[in-house]
Amino acid sequence: MSATAVKPDAPRGQRSVPDSVPAIVTAVALLALWEGAVKVLEIPAFILPTPSSVAIRIVDDLATGVILPHLWTTFIEVAVGFVLAALLGVALGTMVALVRALEKTIYPIVLALQTVPKVAIAPLLIIWFGYGIHSKAVTAGLIAFFPIMVNVIVGLKTVDHRRVLLMQALRAGPVKTYLKVRLPSMLPYLFAGLEVGIIFSVIGAIVGEFVGSSVGLGTLIIQRQATVDVAGVFSVLAYLSIMGLVLSLIIKAFAHRLTFWARSQEIVSP
Amino acid sequence: MTATAGALAQVPVLAAGASAPAPVLIEFDRVAKVYKAADGRPVRAVDSVKGEIRAGEFVSILGPSGCGKSTLMMMLAGLLRPSEGEIRFKGKPVTGPQEGFGIVFQDAVLFPWRTVQDNVRLPGEVRGLPRDEQIERAQAMIRLVGLAGFESKFPHELSGGMQQRVAIARALSLGPSLLVMDEPFGALDAMTREQMNLELQRISLESGATVVFVTHSIAEAAFLSDRVFVMSGRPSTVRDIVTVDLPRPRAIQQMNTDRFGVYVARLRGLLDAEGGHS
Ligand SMILES: Nc1ncnc2c1ncn2[C@@H]1O[C@H](COP(=O)(O)OP(=O)(O)O)[C@@H](O)[C@H]1O
Ligand SMILES: [Mg+2]
Repeated sequence: MSATAVKPDAPRGQRSVPDSVPAIVTAVALLALWEGAVKVLEIPAFILPTPSSVAIRIVDDLATGVILPHLWTTFIEVAVGFVLAALLGVALGTMVALVRALEKTIYPIVLALQTVPKVAIAPLLIIWFGYGIHSKAVTAGLIAFFPIMVNVIVGLKTVDHRRVLLMQALRAGPVKTYLKVRLPSMLPYLFAGLEVGIIFSVIGAIVGEFVGSSVGLGTLIIQRQATVDVAGVFSVLAYLSIMGLVLSLIIKAFAHRLTFWARSQEIVSP
Repeated sequence: MTATAGALAQVPVLAAGASAPAPVLIEFDRVAKVYKAADGRPVRAVDSVKGEIRAGEFVSILGPSGCGKSTLMMMLAGLLRPSEGEIRFKGKPVTGPQEGFGIVFQDAVLFPWRTVQDNVRLPGEVRGLPRDEQIERAQAMIRLVGLAGFESKFPHELSGGMQQRVAIARALSLGPSLLVMDEPFGALDAMTREQMNLELQRISLESGATVVFVTHSIAEAAFLSDRVFVMSGRPSTVRDIVTVDLPRPRAIQQMNTDRFGVYVARLRGLLDAEGGHS
């Protein structure tokens, strides 16, 4: 309505270059260097394929549909593991942060367990949960669980006590205080944990597949490695990266919507 | 005041002043608070506070910082238990936050993820009022504090003075009979503060609420109050009570009159007599 409400255009020439352009240019330059080096040095394809042959392989894998069942299986393992980790992380983190007795009893044990390298447990999980997707989802969830839970605890412990006092003055019970103050206050911490957790889930699923399975991107890497199909391995890595990227972008989008108010706030990540 | 302290809480009148006295709303009965310091030794923050506040009064609690004003407020609000003595509200001991209390802290303590309107309707939400009523009340209070048009803004989009007005609107939203304010304008610049004092005077007269207002500003206390409780240094108690016998509402210009100056001098004298406080 009023003229002052109009957002001024960015001055030309000053911010006309998007932030991502320098990174993209650099990436393209590095790929060109790789391509050139392989050709000039005549490195055999079973040691290091050219980026162009990897690109062709990526397209092929999708065109023939070879990649799809593996992609789907790994995605399910990651998603199930991550959701389990998130639910358990929030539930257990909340209990540890708010119930003194649990903080004294459970939390030290959890912290001690955190030092166990979780990937080393993957073989055991296969014995307990079988060769199917269950053992992979559990491995993924186990690895993702710790950063999520720790962040939930830190987030709940650092809630501004004046906000809690205000709820007390309004005679709100513990549930309302949790839902209206503690939970929203700790969301920036939770999302920092979820962003780490989703990447850890991907790692967990792949490790689980390495240990033993018949389908999944990790399985495909092992199969192609056995036939010295290096371009094929690179292609799987590309699909893995894309999956991880898309999943963390989804988390970031939720974080952006739900924690817009905390942009400048400092967040810890483990 | 000492004549009426004690048992006769519900008795509406014990002629104390020239104007018709309202019933006693709050009694402080030898209230004390002992904290445990970091080294484990007991620290007597508030000692033996006595006094009473009548319905509709505007009472300031004036004292140097660190003297225990916030402690006294928190006990009055039912958020902190006295170590000794008791505070009575409408004759009954305050053992927790009561219905009919509105509280404003030194900082606005707004929820940054809620809009102005959603912050103001929080008390109604907690109490479980119907949604329409929550919104209706919130909008009325936002208008009362002069923030109409800012309903859908977020706290970070407001100035400090506006945030504090949102906090006041929130405290008023359930129509409290007692408004407890702990140095609500401490963080504001002098100009904004003066303006907020005028607003608060208007709001308190319009709503008819009893106000207990903590401040360390002599001028603010004198300008706003019917009576000023002057606290001594630690362990602090109510050193004296000064009645500011000027009709309310008052205009800012009155602060320059001799009559007002006398009250300011009197309050300053009482604070200085203490001496030694930092
Ligand atoms: N939770 C607490 N534990 C120990 N000492 C406290 C606590 N809260 C306040 N105090 C002490 O009590 C005294 C009064 O504090 P406070 O009521 O905040 O004063 P004021 O509001 O007048 O500045 C101060 O010396 C402060 O250090
Ligand atoms: Mg204080």
